[in-house]
Amino acid sequence: MTALLLTLLTPLIGGLALFLVRALAPAGWLNLAVSGLTLLGSLWLAWTVAQVEVIAGLGFRVDAFNVYLIVLTAFVGLTTAIFSRPYMQYVQASGRISVLNLRLYHSLYQAFMLTMLVALTTDNLGVLWVAVEGATLATVLLVSLYRTPEAVEAAWKYFILCGVGIALALFGTVLTYFAAQLVLADTEAGLTWSVLHAHAAALDPTVMRIAFVFLLVGYGTKVGLVPMHQWLPDAHSEGPTPMSAVLSGLLLNVALYAVVRLKMLVDGSLAATDTPHLAGALLMGFGLVSFMVAALFLHRQRDIKRLFSYSSIEHMGLMTFAFGLGGPLATFGALLHMLVHSLTKSAIFVTVGHATHLAGTQSIERIRGLIRTQPTIGWSLLFGVVAIAGFPPFGVFTSEFLLLTATMQTHPWLTLVLLSGLAIAFAGLFRHLHPMVYGTAPDGQAPVTANLLPVFVHLGLVLWLGLAIPDFLAHWLNRATALIAGGGVL
Amino acid sequence: MSLALLPLLQQFVVLLAALALFLSFVLLAQMRLVAAIHVFAWQGALVAAVTLTVAVAGAVEHLYFSAVLTLALKALLIPWMLHRLVRRLGLERHTERLRHPALVVMAGVALVIFSYWLVLPMVEQGQAFTRNIIAVSLALVLIGLLMMVFRQQAVAQVLGFMSMENGLFLAAVSATAGMPLVVELGVAFDLLVAMVLFGVFFFQIRESIDSLDVDRLNRLTEVES
Repeated sequence: MTALLLTLLTPLIGGLALFLVRALAPAGWLNLAVSGLTLLGSLWLAWTVAQVEVIAGLGFRVDAFNVYLIVLTAFVGLTTAIFSRPYMQYVQASGRISVLNLRLYHSLYQAFMLTMLVALTTDNLGVLWVAVEGATLATVLLVSLYRTPEAVEAAWKYFILCGVGIALALFGTVLTYFAAQLVLADTEAGLTWSVLHAHAAALDPTVMRIAFVFLLVGYGTKVGLVPMHQWLPDAHSEGPTPMSAVLSGLLLNVALYAVVRLKMLVDGSLAATDTPHLAGALLMGFGLVSFMVAALFLHRQRDIKRLFSYSSIEHMGLMTFAFGLGGPLATFGALLHMLVHSLTKSAIFVTVGHATHLAGTQSIERIRGLIRTQPTIGWSLLFGVVAIAGFPPFGVFTSEFLLLTATMQTHPWLTLVLLSGLAIAFAGLFRHLHPMVYGTAPDGQAPVTANLLPVFVHLGLVLWLGLAIPDFLAHWLNRATALIAGGGVL
Repeated sequence: MSLALLPLLQQFVVLLAALALFLSFVLLAQMRLVAAIHVFAWQGALVAAVTLTVAVAGAVEHLYFSAVLTLALKALLIPWMLHRLVRRLGLERHTERLRHPALVVMAGVALVIFSYWLVLPMVEQGQAFTRNIIAVSLALVLIGLLMMVFRQQAVAQVLGFMSMENGLFLAAVSATAGMPLVVELGVAFDLLVAMVLFGVFFFQIRESIDSLDVDRLNRLTEVES
């Protein structure tokens, strides 16, 4: 419990303290320290959970499934903070941002981490909703940080679309609470996930069916599922790059986490009806459409950050599809994919931050010759994209291979669709990537001071996961799989 | 089971909810911003009255607190903040032009029918009260959504958003006797923060496009420009 409090209170206190720090240099370091402490807390928490299976109390509940996302969140939070410190100094030096906004940036960065961690640890569906909405509120001002007309437009779109989406999710939550009140003696516990999960079979299937549609559309907006994805490329492309890294790497995961938890409830409730796999089928449908549409849209992008945000939609679609497929193998693959996608995508966004700094633009057409000007950035981008496109020996290949195998077992004909989607996405990424890294560099393009440590660490981890998944991690994911799918794969 | 056989207090709740739904329609068609804010405030007051009635009917203690919270937040504080913003933005006399007013109201009617249709199979035990109340709150949510889609003015969109929240709160209070207190406080906090941020954005939008007509926010598109 101490570990949990340390994990949650650090970003809370850190966020408040950061608002008081006026100078930029100490704020960057403090942000780093707070993120580091959060990571320590989360590792301690993971170690405790490994011993006792479940930590519960004070309305929180940590099990194998969410603890791995907590560690991932804290880890990406730390590496992004490492990147953000010099990056924000460069942004300030370029005069795009005022001092007050910079204070706001660091403070909201920690507020965002706090909402993510609360959403992951809470056992209460209502608090989960409050935290996910809180994440929108914390990030919306960051998207408009540069105050350009584009940034304001992106932020307004993000605010309105996610606000509407999340309101629908609250309606779904109210309906779930209503269904719970018909069966539970203690009505106050009607939003507690663990209690609901224990009584899932008794929940009224008709109510739960309607509730799930609202919940899926609501949280699905945050996951970036097509057709509710409109906010995502805008918010990613117009906000500061560290925000793009955490939005893609963390926020989407947390929203998907919420969907999976709710699917577990609905599956329990619908098990005895004539449509036991309704929730899974909905997830598969939304996931597949998002995957294919995003893969096609990759070809039309002209902004490098938009390009990779569509790639995020594509991968979130793939994971949603896999969770919908259900079964131990697909679930294991989806959990692994969540991990490797977060690591790879945040590494890519960090590299993209440097590449846009180097070229002075986000327009793909004008980013040229990265390898010639600064080989480290060029090669990092190349390897990042190779990894995200699912090439061996990177970890994304492993998880996609598992997903394809699982699909082959239950829906063989869908494997073809998935494979063609992966090929389209690959082509879409590489047609843009090739001139960016290999082309001739424009005159006067000079190297910049780069801080690629987070990229190397992330890509190194993804490579490691592709070559050999360490034993403890495999067992860890296996336990999470057993929680979700009812059986492990090992 | 007909509505007239319900206990009096429940009938009263349904009456108040129906009035709130009526105000949603007024909000949808009210083109003058200041008047629309007043309508929204009255809707908030109605939701607070529903909360109070449920609290009296079921002797649920924490609902008294919710009723006060709702009245303070939805009927007084948020309308006051909006009013102040409108004054500072110089929009007191602003009147919007809706392209197809009749069509929008008809769409609202269709949404009400849709809500009833969706809720119809949900409670088969003949609970006329819950069924009606959930259908009405869903209609409030959907009409708020419709308003956000059809109105081009940023302040009007925020009013749509807030009336969606009213619908959600109505559902929570009347169908389930209120969410646990911690959730209710969390939602209220989020709503308040959202309102402050909306205020910040009104100024940012006006600074960037020199108006609050969000239709003109159209720089980011997928089409080649």
